[in-house]
Amino acid sequence: MSIRRMAGYAVFALLVALPAWAQSGRTTLLNAAGATFPYPIYSKWFDEYHKLHPNVQINYQSIGSGGGIRQLLDRTVDFGASDGPMTDEQLAQARIKILHFPTVLGADVPSYNLPGVTTELKFTPQALAGIFLGKITKWNDPAIAATNPGLRLPAQDIVVIHRSDGSGTTYIWTDYLSKVSDEWRTRVGRGTSVNWPVGLGGKGNEGVAGLVKQTPYALGYVELIYAVQNKMAYGSVRNSAGMFVKATLEGVSAAAASVATSMPEDFRVSITNPPGANAYPIASFTWLLIPARIEDPVKRTAIKDFLTWMMTAGQQYCEPLAYAKLPKEVVARETKTIALIQ
Amino acid sequence: MATAPTTVDSGGFSWVRGWLRRLRSGDEIARLVTLLFALSVVLLTVILVERLWAESAQARQAFGWTFLISRVWDPVAGQFGALPFVYGTLVTSLLGLMVAVPLGLGAAMFLAELAPRRISDGLTFLIDLLAAVPSVIYGLLGIFIVVPVMRTVIQPALQQTLGFLPMFQGPAYGIGFLTGGLVLAVMIVPFIISVSREVLLAVPVDQREAALALGATRWEVTWKAVMPYARAGLLGSIFLALARALGETMAVTMVIGNNPNISASLFAPGYSIAAVLANEFSEATGDLYLSALMELALVLFLVTFILNGLARILIVLTARRGSGMAQV
Repeated sequence: MSIRRMAGYAVFALLVALPAWAQSGRTTLLNAAGATFPYPIYSKWFDEYHKLHPNVQINYQSIGSGGGIRQLLDRTVDFGASDGPMTDEQLAQARIKILHFPTVLGADVPSYNLPGVTTELKFTPQALAGIFLGKITKWNDPAIAATNPGLRLPAQDIVVIHRSDGSGTTYIWTDYLSKVSDEWRTRVGRGTSVNWPVGLGGKGNEGVAGLVKQTPYALGYVELIYAVQNKMAYGSVRNSAGMFVKATLEGVSAAAASVATSMPEDFRVSITNPPGANAYPIASFTWLLIPARIEDPVKRTAIKDFLTWMMTAGQQYCEPLAYAKLPKEVVARETKTIALIQ
Repeated sequence: MATAPTTVDSGGFSWVRGWLRRLRSGDEIARLVTLLFALSVVLLTVILVERLWAESAQARQAFGWTFLISRVWDPVAGQFGALPFVYGTLVTSLLGLMVAVPLGLGAAMFLAELAPRRISDGLTFLIDLLAAVPSVIYGLLGIFIVVPVMRTVIQPALQQTLGFLPMFQGPAYGIGFLTGGLVLAVMIVPFIISVSREVLLAVPVDQREAALALGATRWEVTWKAVMPYARAGLLGSIFLALARALGETMAVTMVIGNNPNISASLFAPGYSIAAVLANEFSEATGDLYLSALMELALVLFLVTFILNGLARILIVLTARRGSGMAQV
């Protein structure tokens, strides 16, 4: 056999053996998929956790909440993530019990483009519902003007902007509107994708933000982070205690804290329009969906350890990325739920 | 054992043995391999249709034929209808064609008949580049350039001059059917130009010389001798562009407004089948919702299939003896 051929065989053998040798540290690979809204913080967490535990690698694909739930039900991923809690039908469809773990909080803000108006607008729940139902059509309608005295609102049509794709952001917004308006609840309802009475659709938070920035007299809802990063004007909303609250990370965490004691055991709760004087009314958790029963002991330990880390040390990474932290009451309850993973 | 293939044995298998013997030659193997390739394309199409049909079964059973005429698209209530999307797809595609066909054929006529060869080749190179630009880029150009111009200049002008027509009424958002149609026109013009130019160049010189000998002007040569000869190929290029327009997704969803709405006004926002599939498919929860989206995909496939079938029939009907064989 020629030298060249022997060298070729040696390289081939090395290439085959190399991955096996790299695996000899027994890296645990966890697959996850789901929501796009928390993707920045999740990828930061999985990266930081991998630095602390080099033998655990978590691979997350942000394909959307619906996709995450589907993959989890098909058992192609180890755990999923969703901006909206699973419905009773979906839980019944799963062959195993699924536990919900809130991770961070997000909020929707009403963002607008009003040329010439620099003061921040105040919106009542009825105004927002009326605008999105198509019943309030002009900016100088009494429902908006009454809460913004001293502002000269133009007599122009409101261009309503909503999401064209299904998303957790829409779920939060329609959930809030369903709670504050009976007509919205019966006519449209809540969901990741709904039959909007009026408005133009933009794809993704970026699409809505882009349309609002480009179209004069537009009003749309975006995630708080996008409004902050794109320096968009957004208004304050009146909460159930009667205070006009502008969305901040503290106000969002306060919304969760105010329902912490009355939350159901499985954390499938909606925290829109909560009681609490400082709570921002349009906020929501985003959840990780973990099977209650994990066969592989190595994976089970890795997941439980990650959850514990995420709720304690991991929360320090939330604020720089403009996500609101979990309040400590919720963390305490979640720690008890981790023990349920067998 | 190369004997002549006239052995008298169990009759049915002699052709098999003859074929197996011919298989040793490269020709037969080449024929077999290329036949398999051709059949695999057909097989893929059959599998695609079968999958669409199977996945849409739940929606077909739930809605029946009313799916095609219902205007409601309500994921929360579980009511789905295809009419707004079919309307939007057809309106934007036809609008795109109406703008792109005169532009494209005129440009092709210039490049094939009137321009000096070097200019023609250079421009054709640039136009082929346009055809290769990804559609997302056209969408971004649409949002950042076309939409503001539409909103501030073109739509108000149309409203003032032609505002009595129902199709130019309503608030001018800048996005809607008209912008969608215009962006589609920009995208399909390169296809019309490049194919039509090839077809026109393939018309034999005899035809032109014969017309000139009869005293035709340059324009009459082009319009009366060359174009009719190339009619089948030109129609083919138009239908190729239509097929692209029907399936165009990203550029349309960025500028059409994404509102499932049927309106006579071209300024109103609308929705197309490809756009709703791109927007809602990944987050669709619930079997009926997914099944309805699959049924929409099946409807789009059928629309494309029918339009292409009509195109073929039209080409066959207009082809005549002595006309060009440059068909698409």
